[in-house]
Amino acid sequence: MSYYCDRYPIIEKKSISKDTFSMTIYAPEPAKAAHAGQFATISAPGFTLRRPISICEFSRSKGTLRFVFEVRGKGTEAISLLNPGDNLDVLAPLGNGFTVPDTARRVILVGGGIGVPPLLALAKKLGDRSTAILGFRDYSRIILADEFEKYGANTAICTDDGSVGYHGLVTEPLSNTLKNVGADLVCACGPMPMLNAIAKVCAENDVPCKVSMEQRMGCGVGACVVCSCLTVRNGQEYYSRVCKDGPVFDAKEVKFNG
Amino acid sequence: MADLSVKIAGVEFPNPVIAASGTYGNGECFTDLYPLSRLGGVSCKGMTIEPKMGNIPPRIAETPSGILNSVGLQNIGVHGFIDYYLPTLKEEGNVIIANVAGATIDDYIAAAEALDNTDVDMIELNISCPNVKAGGATWGVTCEGAASVTKAVRAATSKPLIVKLTPNVTNITEIAKAVEAEGADSISLINTLLGMRIDIRTKRPILHNNVGGLSGPAVFPVAVRMVWQCYNAVKIPIIGMGGISTWEDAVEMMLAGATAIQMGTAIFTDPWSPIKVIEGLNDYMDKNGIKSLSEITGQVKPY
Ligand SMILES: Cc1cc2nc3c(=O)[nH]c(=O)nc-3n(C[C@H](O)[C@H](O)[C@H](O)COP(=O)(O)OP(=O)(O)OC[C@H]3O[C@@H](n4cnc5c(N)ncnc54)[C@H](O)[C@@H]3O)c2cc1C
Ligand SMILES: Cc1cc2nc3c(=O)[nH]c(=O)nc-3n(C[C@H](O)[C@H](O)[C@H](O)COP(=O)(O)O)c2cc1C
Ligand code: FES
Repeated sequence: MSYYCDRYPIIEKKSISKDTFSMTIYAPEPAKAAHAGQFATISAPGFTLRRPISICEFSRSKGTLRFVFEVRGKGTEAISLLNPGDNLDVLAPLGNGFTVPDTARRVILVGGGIGVPPLLALAKKLGDRSTAILGFRDYSRIILADEFEKYGANTAICTDDGSVGYHGLVTEPLSNTLKNVGADLVCACGPMPMLNAIAKVCAENDVPCKVSMEQRMGCGVGACVVCSCLTVRNGQEYYSRVCKDGPVFDAKEVKFNG
Repeated sequence: MADLSVKIAGVEFPNPVIAASGTYGNGECFTDLYPLSRLGGVSCKGMTIEPKMGNIPPRIAETPSGILNSVGLQNIGVHGFIDYYLPTLKEEGNVIIANVAGATIDDYIAAAEALDNTDVDMIELNISCPNVKAGGATWGVTCEGAASVTKAVRAATSKPLIVKLTPNVTNITEIAKAVEAEGADSISLINTLLGMRIDIRTKRPILHNNVGGLSGPAVFPVAVRMVWQCYNAVKIPIIGMGGISTWEDAVEMMLAGATAIQMGTAIFTDPWSPIKVIEGLNDYMDKNGIKSLSEITGQVKPY
């Protein structure tokens, strides 16, 4: 596992919903090394800290990496102003992605909002072995659902306001699916309360669950220990590094209220 | 190729660029990009005699041209460092500096004694960490405190001793003189400046620790000023740091009085920045016919 840091040309940029952009860069070395669930840190012109953004898709044959991100504050806004022809300063691929055993025949991907992008690379890999349950605030926020379908994932959409698909939280369809058909593994990414709820549902149904965590970062490579996530192993609590030990953790090891 | 080497307390650095404590792990994290041997040295993550869990996150906030951090010295303890990291560091790195912190004088002594017969090249006494409740900066803000820790550690180890100073004091030169008098071989400065940021929507501080240490380009002029003042107050060599991100910054810091420099926050912005500084210094020396960096240390011409 190794990472690279360089300036890579942007080859495509699209606005895919309100304040959300898809950006593809030509970065053959990182693309070759990347795995689903890993992330990059992207330099935001004029800012001290690089922004952590998940690798949404990668193509080893085309040598490309794709990011899908929402403009949240000034840094992501600065990145969103870059265009094809400009270079993106990227450190990638970082962290541990989702590891799915070959024996897993049914994997449920649960994403919330801007937590959806890293799951797409997994859907691409797993094809019809995957089921996607994607939650959004309302219809205007829906992203990437058609692309999950395209890769063969059986895809369900939930919205908080019921404007499209299932009205309510992702945990209800997840719980029903686990009870009715079961699964070998659940992989989730989204806001912390959602991940906590998903972890509970999985524990109740005795299904292994991997969650991708977020934390503010400094170095992105394990050096500064600012990106802590409280974890427990062998009964002992300690702070893991989201960037290096994660971002994907076994849900059983994460102390969500820590 | 210019000769970039510098010497501090008898220890030779192949070049003057050292990774700053707390921003470079124990040298293991950036080797995918370039070997550790490219740097003059590395100051390892601040270590305490017992492992420390560190503060509750979030531990970092961005500021104009800088960051605040409140890590709180999370580390695996001096013995963990010696067993787990030191062998590789010795093999792959140049000068290895152990950054040592403690709550009590006895903690500092125990850590220094444990490191005394190891492959560590130098000890950097951190009496300036603003992020721990007990100890840390409380030692560094008075002459008596700084002197007493320096004296005790000086007696506990034969390793060259650097004392790292906090900028959160009224007059840094008095502290510098106090640690020089107790046998410090070198001083390094500055550690971070205490700061705070608040999320105006939630009315919550961004750092869970409420306050944290400011570093990065924002603090650079403060660091240059303090290095210059200390250069005029003590005879021991100075390692300058605080906001250095380019080779021009490094030259400026040396003109103010630094023999070597450390870089921290700049590495977060661009992990290649220490290498760029080394290359920039090399070109600067070649272009200006400078044979040794000692020719520029302290050579500012003040009004
Ligand atoms: C591993 C990981 C993967 C991510 N993947 C994606 C993704 O694929 N798409 C996407 O839109 N967002 C993603 N995020 C969240 C994204 O990093 C933040 O939205 C972004 O950093 C906000 O920067 P800003 O300048 O817009 O906001 P500001 O609030 O101005 O940022 C201020 C500082 O806080 C940090 N920060 C703020 N919110 C977050 C957050 N939620 N997580 C980490 N740091 C934060 C920023 O990096 C910056 O250092 C991911 C976060 C992590 C940790
Ligand atoms: C995340 C972080 C952790 C730090 N940890 C330590 C530490 O353990 N010991 C120490 O002496 N200084 C520590 N520092 C201070 C730096 O070594 C340095 O003095 C300071 O950041 C100023 O330099 P810079 O602006 O180049 O970062 C830390 C700084 C940062 C940003
Ligand atoms: S961001 Fe530095 S250790 Fe994770």
